[in-house]
Amino acid sequence: MATIVEPTGALMGASIKRQEDGKFLTGRASFTDDIKLVGQTHAVFVRSPHAHARIRGIDAKAALGMPGVHAVLTGEDLKSSGVNPMPVGWLLPDIKIGEKHALAVGTARFVGEAVAVVVADTPALARDAADAVVVDYDVLPAAVEAVDALEPGAPQVHANAPGNVAFSWQIGDKAKTDSAFAGAKKVVRQRLVNQRLIANAIEPRASAAAFNLANGELTLYVTSQNPHVHRLIMGAFILGLPEHKFRVISPDVGGGFGSKIFVYPEECVVAWAAKRLERPVRWTATRSESFTTDAHGRDHVSDAEMAFDADGRIIGLRVKTVANMGSYLSLFAPCVPTYLYGTLLSGQYDIPAIHCEVTGVYTNTTPVDAYRGAGRPEACYLIERMVDIGARALGMDPVDLRRKNLVPAGSFPYQTQVALAYDSGNYEPALDKALEMLDYKKARAAQAAARKDGRLIGIGLSAYIEACGIAPSQVVGSLGAQAGLYESATVRVHPTGKVSVMTGSHSHGQGHDTTFAQLAASELGLGIDDVEIVHGDTGRVQFGMGSYGSRSAAVGGTAIYLAVQKVKDKGKQIAAHLLEASPADMDFADGKFFVKGSPSKAKAWGEVCLAAYLAHNIPANIEPGLETTSFFDPGNFTFPFGTHIAVVEVDPRTGHVELNRYVAVDDVGNVINPMIVDGQLHGGIAQGVGQALWEGATYDSNGQLITGSMINYALPKAENLPSFETARTVTPSPVNPLGVKGAGEAGAIAATAAVANAVVDALSPLGITHVDLPLTPERVWGAIQNAQKRS
Amino acid sequence: MSKVSITVNGRATAHDVEDRTLLVHYLRDTLGLTGTHVGCDTSQCGACTVLLDGRAVKSCTLLAAQADGSSVTTIEGLAKDGVLHAVQAGFHQEHALQCGFCTTGMVMATVDLLSRNPSPNEQQIRHGLEGNLCRCTGYHNIVRGVQHAAHAMGSAPVAAD
Amino acid sequence: MYPASFEYHRATSVDDALGMLQRYGEDAKLIAGGHSLLPLMKLRLSTPAHLIDIRRIAGLSGVRENGGGVIVGATTTHSEVAASNFVRAKLPLLAEAAGGIGDPLVRNMGTIGGSLAHADPKADYPAVVLALRANVVVVGKSGRESMESDKTFTGMFTTAVQASEMITEVHFPVSGSGNGGAYEKLADPASGYATVGVAAQLKVEGGTISSAGVALTGFGPKATRLSAVEAALKGKPATNDTVRAAAKQAAPSGVTPYQANLACVYAERALIRALERATA
Repeated sequence: MATIVEPTGALMGASIKRQEDGKFLTGRASFTDDIKLVGQTHAVFVRSPHAHARIRGIDAKAALGMPGVHAVLTGEDLKSSGVNPMPVGWLLPDIKIGEKHALAVGTARFVGEAVAVVVADTPALARDAADAVVVDYDVLPAAVEAVDALEPGAPQVHANAPGNVAFSWQIGDKAKTDSAFAGAKKVVRQRLVNQRLIANAIEPRASAAAFNLANGELTLYVTSQNPHVHRLIMGAFILGLPEHKFRVISPDVGGGFGSKIFVYPEECVVAWAAKRLERPVRWTATRSESFTTDAHGRDHVSDAEMAFDADGRIIGLRVKTVANMGSYLSLFAPCVPTYLYGTLLSGQYDIPAIHCEVTGVYTNTTPVDAYRGAGRPEACYLIERMVDIGARALGMDPVDLRRKNLVPAGSFPYQTQVALAYDSGNYEPALDKALEMLDYKKARAAQAAARKDGRLIGIGLSAYIEACGIAPSQVVGSLGAQAGLYESATVRVHPTGKVSVMTGSHSHGQGHDTTFAQLAASELGLGIDDVEIVHGDTGRVQFGMGSYGSRSAAVGGTAIYLAVQKVKDKGKQIAAHLLEASPADMDFADGKFFVKGSPSKAKAWGEVCLAAYLAHNIPANIEPGLETTSFFDPGNFTFPFGTHIAVVEVDPRTGHVELNRYVAVDDVGNVINPMIVDGQLHGGIAQGVGQALWEGATYDSNGQLITGSMINYALPKAENLPSFETARTVTPSPVNPLGVKGAGEAGAIAATAAVANAVVDALSPLGITHVDLPLTPERVWGAIQNAQKRS
Repeated sequence: MSKVSITVNGRATAHDVEDRTLLVHYLRDTLGLTGTHVGCDTSQCGACTVLLDGRAVKSCTLLAAQADGSSVTTIEGLAKDGVLHAVQAGFHQEHALQCGFCTTGMVMATVDLLSRNPSPNEQQIRHGLEGNLCRCTGYHNIVRGVQHAAHAMGSAPVAAD
Repeated sequence: MYPASFEYHRATSVDDALGMLQRYGEDAKLIAGGHSLLPLMKLRLSTPAHLIDIRRIAGLSGVRENGGGVIVGATTTHSEVAASNFVRAKLPLLAEAAGGIGDPLVRNMGTIGGSLAHADPKADYPAVVLALRANVVVVGKSGRESMESDKTFTGMFTTAVQASEMITEVHFPVSGSGNGGAYEKLADPASGYATVGVAAQLKVEGGTISSAGVALTGFGPKATRLSAVEAALKGKPATNDTVRAAAKQAAPSGVTPYQANLACVYAERALIRALERATA
């Protein structure tokens, strides 16, 4: 249905400096913790120190007697006042949902689970009192690793999920795949661990709620990527608050990366407590709390097999994945290791037979949900490692093997074996461009020369594809989504011609105040200062689904574009009326509505806007005013793709990996603001490198999170990263009129595999074929030692 | 409780606060200067960076009482008469910020870095900012923002503190 | 994030500080930069009832010369030590180590006295004072003691400095010429602390290593002198071969193969650079 429109005007495709920078640079932003509510009280949560324990009793007597304490509330208090369990937003067939309450009722199932809340005059006093709350626990054995949790006799996390299985899911044609494997010339197999990660947006989660006794309205400030989703889920499903009397404001948000999508216990408790105590209540996570309570990401263990024919063509891919869901199913968790993962397993390649089985497993750990890339980094890592492993086994250059298997440019739309149909793509030019930027031949020569000196240099590729702008609603609904995945925009033209755009998207770093203003201003021939972008407040913005999954430009931007076209259409009607012409004969350009072929017969934008609101002389069949709304439900995902290449050097004496060069060629379709898109790529790449080299959330056998703070969870630092070399190819998406695909997650999807492949490439002369993530010096050194022992 | 007197952004402030009040909370909660942020609880992320007597420090790892009698500059005190400091301007020009949460600390650390090394190379910039974490930018544009500022400050007299 | 309550006191002199330590006993802790103590207090792993701030006591901070050696006041920040031209010229090992502690912001507040008194097993300064045979001047009600560094660190986060005493300065002896030192550290990518740190100080006279101080941090409960390495260096020809052979002795017992490897590799790297400086 969409024809692609070339970006028009000076603003589209321009690296306009960001409109929103001023407040951030001068310390005048409003992050949730910055917002003060009159008479506010502070909440501190009492949390389970055990991974699995029966709660036998909670003694708040001492805490209640301490200075400044207003209340100590428990799960029983919430339950008895009608607060419902927290729902799951994506239901797979035969899914087993372990009931989750905002404050634990009866049983605590992960270290950090909130079991009570103290509300006091200051956070320090609340903390003092929280330390005085005595909880009587009956400690139970804990299931920690997903693979172990599946073993017979493992501790059961939920009584209604036998064997700790939350769901079983599969995709692809098993018989066809088994047959392909049976006839394969070469089969490579590898167990691949995609380790658990923690998003660690630098702004900790926070919420603050105030209940207006006079009119029964609850206002909640919360660090959310999608305030309307928060309002709907909390209001309708958990707290029983009428939606029209519940305002959720997500102000400036300091990063999300997925972790701020979900409805968490804390905002439910804060909102409920504010109403119950008739005082504003607020809470901000300490970083240590964030570590145990923010949704974690990834945590897959996969057994992957790739089958090749005699010419090095991939003829089959077979995957069995165990996905650790944690102790409860977080809001969107079931779709991440299934529909956002299995459907991407063809990668950029033409693979005639694929089958993937996924088991979602409960363990006594923090719930796992989407984290930048959400399923797609796991798929990319798996495919790209298997391709490299295959290349090595076949004695082929990893570039040649990829080239041989890429879906050819003329084969689009391409129906994969895993449900997705790629509507467009042109993979080889991106690959070639990346190789050219690197000077691949020279790099390989340098590598060979270095090897003679005993230096271990490695070159690793990652040819990735991703699916973003998750949609359409009907399809995702049929797959189990409990929400639509459209986006909304209202374009409100003011009488004097200035414009407010209310978007359901909600940037938390992605620069929508600028890119969406570029889009609207460009379409309407206005200056960027004439357009205001409004987001993040359910009291000001119509229902929208928020920002995640690289969907804001593709879905949110298109909604704005469509609403703007409706404005232009109405403007044409009014202008035509004023000019005594026919609307069909009207055009709009350079800020004027004019008769096609007679540009002097024109009405300026401002004149038309005022006319609409004066309503003295408008067509009889139209209403006054100039405000339009569009809800855009895309027909398909978009499919960004690209090739990234990492060059590393491994110090054989210490196993230390230095990332020396990183080349990224990405095709994200048309680009509204190149500077902002590059920024998204840089950030994603850094996170992908983080997964490859430094990050990893680990638990001990008792379910204690060992990596419980920034002291032992290594986030990427400036000194450990190089500058990145980026470029683009442009294959516009046919799925939306802007031709944009989305770029927010691409870097995180591609980078881990590129770096991992580079490290293994560096170690390959030693006979090493795989090393697990993260590629810490100890792990790499150990691999080198083992290899040297073997030889 | 102690009376704490600190000159903040050139203005004398004096308040009675609990002895255990961290400087960052004095700035944010007592003075309402919320531009300085709290991002962690193990003194690592640097979102709380301010200048104490001219040196960049982590205000979350200082008691307000320790700063009694000292001079503190926060992000709110950098721009003069509505004109952005070269570091703020450089960050804007080079898209060195996305969500903005680490930015105020990153800017203050950069001000100190450039005051001690006016022409740092890329490695020196990256090492000089090792106390400031960013999760959004991958640091690529932050390096450029610092270079932009260094260049601008090198070619014009620096405004007195 | 919020420490437990305490009373804050500011000491105006060393005697004043000692008096308060006497008065408040085990419930009191000294604070200078606070960058070892406050993080613990924020996590409520340490809950002193009294904090005695010594940061502004006059005369307690600064680098000065003493008979060819270097004296560093206890409240001298890591930044000041790293930037001191005097230290960089006389004891590059000390400047180098100071310049790698934590990050630039931590270095602007953290002090040598605080770091030594805290004795984190993965801190950098303890290895440096051991390698340099420094003396830690400790003042208490019984007077002033110049404590040998060998006797200072007694266990994990424990020193021979009593609760009623305070470190006032650190004396680093420097004799003549032919001295060279270096610090090699593998920083933990999360915490910045030393996964391994080796401080090496050599004196070369007439082509021979006349004295060697080598110490290791990041392993076990405390920083330790690598006596076997020192013995393998002393009196030997001042060559890289000597150094490489000696470094093989650097691994403490009871550590993993990886740790043993790191100790040897970092000892070798520190010694090679120390040798380069000593023979420059």
